[in-house]
Amino acid sequence: MTAANALIFAVVAASFLAAAVLAVLPLPYWLLWARPEWVALVLVYWCIALPDRVGIFTALLVGVLVDAVEGAVLGQNAFSLSVLALCALLVYQRLRVFSLWQQCGVVFLLIGLHQLIGQWVQNLEGAGARSLLFLLPAVSSALLWPGILHVLRGIRRHYRIS
Amino acid sequence: MVVCLIAADLRFNSLGKTRALLDTVTAPVIWVADIPASLGAWQDTNIRARRELLQDNERLQRENLLLQGRSLQMASVQAENTRLRGLLNSTAMLRNDVLVAELIGVSPDPVRQQLVLNKGARDGVYPGQPLIDADGLMGQVIDVGEFTSRVLLLTDLTHSIPVQVNRNGVRAIAEGTGSLDALEVQHISATTDIQEGDLLVSSGLGGRFPAGYPVGEVVLVQRDPGQPFARVVARPSAALNRSRHVLLVFVGVPEEPVPAAGES
Repeated sequence: MTAANALIFAVVAASFLAAAVLAVLPLPYWLLWARPEWVALVLVYWCIALPDRVGIFTALLVGVLVDAVEGAVLGQNAFSLSVLALCALLVYQRLRVFSLWQQCGVVFLLIGLHQLIGQWVQNLEGAGARSLLFLLPAVSSALLWPGILHVLRGIRRHYRIS
Repeated sequence: MVVCLIAADLRFNSLGKTRALLDTVTAPVIWVADIPASLGAWQDTNIRARRELLQDNERLQRENLLLQGRSLQMASVQAENTRLRGLLNSTAMLRNDVLVAELIGVSPDPVRQQLVLNKGARDGVYPGQPLIDADGLMGQVIDVGEFTSRVLLLTDLTHSIPVQVNRNGVRAIAEGTGSLDALEVQHISATTDIQEGDLLVSSGLGGRFPAGYPVGEVVLVQRDPGQPFARVVARPSAALNRSRHVLLVFVGVPEEPVPAAGES
């Protein structure tokens, strides 16, 4: 592994770790259902920015770790995140030239899909949500997308990763 | 591959070792996420006005006096209890040891009611171990990492516990509802003697929870003549969303023999 590769690995891993911490940070009760899917957002960004380096396999690995952190069924996030990565990789060329608001729309759809798959697995376990509130993170994540994009793009340019 | 993983975890429970390993690896993430909360707790204990401390001290001393007064007769009552049990040829009561643990994480998913504790396999925590706080039973340990463990609360949708009514010994099963302040008591026939205000204690029948710990208080009994069973809702005794310090119970440490009545 060359120095450049090591740097990319370190930056991507650090961003996923930070997202995982945000994902388990205690939230006030009224915000519980609207917790943004930080890990999924970071994954979508890296899939768009570095499609040849970050992909389904990364998503699988990160997903298993997220499952362990969140106490979910092992494989739930691995499954939904890898589907998410697949979809992001299919549309990344279009996504790059979209305006910010169009991007938010696509992110809303992607995260919504991620949530749906998560619900599907949870229902297998018998612990599914009783209402459509589980789709709320898609809204909050889409609203946060410009911020995520700005921060991660700043980091990427700072370390000159491409 | 992922489908195999999900199936293995969900249906066959065959990933115990892997889970323990993953829990150990991901423990730092949970620790970092807990830093704001622990800073809050630190500030609560270390940065306080002298007046507040004096007030606290006074209150605690009063409480201590009260509790000591209540436990004065404990020793003799316990000895008497053991002797009576001996006379009745029933098994000796078991003494339960406890371990104080601190809560370092809660499940981010509102549907799942799980906690993460700062004690793990290194401290002797084992899967299935019951967890209590000052007011009652909280739940049981489901995953044990090296340094942390994960607890399923009584009120989780997938959790049930055998209970009995403290007043008359009626047995039942209390199921979690997914909301922190309600347990549903299942299959209580319409004629069963159960009232609002009854205390439910663990019956110990499942062999997992020790008997006699408070589980909840019945807050609603609805008897509908058209239904075979009454709808009974209980509120958990333990402060499920407030306690930061909790007790892990080690079940089944045999009590030291008490001398029989005539010996001393």
